[in-house]
Amino acid sequence: MSVTDIKDITQNPRNVKKLKAEERRESLTFLGLSMPAVLGILIIVFLPIFWLSSLSFYDAKGALSTENYARIFESALYKRTFVVTSQISITVTVICVLLGYPLCYWLTKMKDRTASILMIFVLVPFWTSILVRTYAWLVLLQRKGIINSSLVSLGIIDEPIQLAHNLTGSIIGMVHIMLPFLILPLYATMRGIDTDLVRAALGLGSTPRKAFWHVFFPMSLPGLFAGIVLVFILSLGFFVTPALLGGGRVQMLAQRIESTITIYSNWGAASALGVVLLLLAFVMIWLMNRVFGLDKLFMR
Amino acid sequence: MSKTQSKPIDILNLSKSYGPVKALDDVSLNISAGEFLTLLGPSGSGKTTLLMALAGFVRPDSGSIKFGEQEMIATAPQKRGLGMVFQSYALFPFMTVAENVAYPLRVRGVSKVDQKTRAERALDTVQLGGYGDRRISQLSGGQRQRVALARAIVFEPQIILMDEPLSALDKKLRDHMQIELKALHQKLDATVVYVTHDQREALTMSDRIAVVNHGRIEQIETPERLYRQPKSFFVADFIGESVSLPVQIINNIAQIDGHKLNSNLPIVKGAGVHRLVIRPELLEVVIGKVPKAANDLSGRVHEIIYQGDSILVIVQHEQLGLINVRVPANRAGQTGLPSKGERIALALHPEDTIIVPEHLS
Repeated sequence: MSVTDIKDITQNPRNVKKLKAEERRESLTFLGLSMPAVLGILIIVFLPIFWLSSLSFYDAKGALSTENYARIFESALYKRTFVVTSQISITVTVICVLLGYPLCYWLTKMKDRTASILMIFVLVPFWTSILVRTYAWLVLLQRKGIINSSLVSLGIIDEPIQLAHNLTGSIIGMVHIMLPFLILPLYATMRGIDTDLVRAALGLGSTPRKAFWHVFFPMSLPGLFAGIVLVFILSLGFFVTPALLGGGRVQMLAQRIESTITIYSNWGAASALGVVLLLLAFVMIWLMNRVFGLDKLFMR
Repeated sequence: MSKTQSKPIDILNLSKSYGPVKALDDVSLNISAGEFLTLLGPSGSGKTTLLMALAGFVRPDSGSIKFGEQEMIATAPQKRGLGMVFQSYALFPFMTVAENVAYPLRVRGVSKVDQKTRAERALDTVQLGGYGDRRISQLSGGQRQRVALARAIVFEPQIILMDEPLSALDKKLRDHMQIELKALHQKLDATVVYVTHDQREALTMSDRIAVVNHGRIEQIETPERLYRQPKSFFVADFIGESVSLPVQIINNIAQIDGHKLNSNLPIVKGAGVHRLVIRPELLEVVIGKVPKAANDLSGRVHEIIYQGDSILVIVQHEQLGLINVRVPANRAGQTGLPSKGERIALALHPEDTIIVPEHLS
């Protein structure tokens, strides 16, 4: 199009105004449609977070101070809570990856029908209440529970071992609850990988093992990353399962927040912990993105 | 580019069933060293199954596949040493163009420096020199096709398998790539097995074409002989345009509607009724009388359709029904062409009179 043509159009509207108005009307419609949701999120999510975090900057007497944060970084008790929380979250994430990745890979090798049926076994627990599942684990893991009694009767152990009310119990329960969060995004990504790619690698002379590591694994990373982030972040703030299966011996961050409010009713201190937890989650996402270099993978 | 000796492929009694469906039904086929052989057939005919069996991705129920003297039937895909081009190209999206092309070398333990120079040379061969650092996402369909090709030839394989590699391209580019692939094949000294459902593509590129139907090879021939002398109705109908009419064979002489048909071509034995196959471009519009030696298929012009490169004339024959005739769109073709409703004299010469059985016996 030459320059004179453009000038022509601006001088000669040719319905330009009408079309512009139509475009404006359309974008206003979309804005109007999304407004209730945007407002809802603002009022229900962001406002309380903002209000709650502002509490952390007041001491018990209601004066502005940073003592709540100072306490977090000085107190040995809090330090321990952070260490335990990170340890448990990392352990749970690692176990979920070790269990979930092979499972997803195996599922992609199944026929569609078989895979869908097997996926139901992943989804049904996912839809069941966390409380119900946690109590179920309590029943299974206790001193006289099925696991201990069958191990004893099989002669594998002489005395029942401590499975519940400790770190082991918390981790077993958390892995069970977190596993679907890893499997769902990972499986979806693996399903989307073009089988011709692995075939191409094999056809061009790659061994099955090399084809897996060179082609399939890198292609599955976005899903794995999404799963890891979900499991890790959810683990960081997990309350119910470690509280019940840990039997009070395992103190994660969420439990510390709860006791700070219910026992000491110190809202400022609890709020500061919450803010730190939120920041921790953001830092983790940022770090993982750096490590995995996901932006490169998503560039298509 | 390659100095390796290309290998022949010998397929013997290859069978593969999926439940009751015979995807490969006792297929035997010899492909000469350095030949460009096309497996042509409709979807579901078994042509892709045959190619995948050659590649080692489909395990046949029985039979033998030999590359040269070597039995390959139970050899893993990665040990068959094949170059492969997939319909979807199957390029690795997270690798650069050069990394993709060098991949077969990388898994063969070729040094990094050698990988680089050989990948560059392969890219030059497909006219993509200097594209090595690009991402796959930055390439057009035709360029991706070339990268897939470069990746298949970079390690100088003796056999290259291609599964409908051009089907995703638009028509113009496809026509162009057909000529290029043919030229590349002549340069490479590799045996190429090519799968397509596009008959023109097969005719353009192949040394020989194997027409596959219901898991069997209906006919294997050079393009010209396949077109001019199909052995079955399926082959005649699948390749090229045609109108067909049932004929009676009495004492080895074909008759249509009581009239004797003159044909110089052998009448193939087979099952079912025989059919006369009339290709629109093989009919001649004659001015005046149809010569005695030729078969007279004259009728009235029913419709004239202008199609740019040619003109399709639909002729109403009194007994036989509608017959299509194609004439060139130039002046010679239009000279003396009767208008709609008028009489048109059509000659089918004996050397163009194709009579085939409905089924191969």
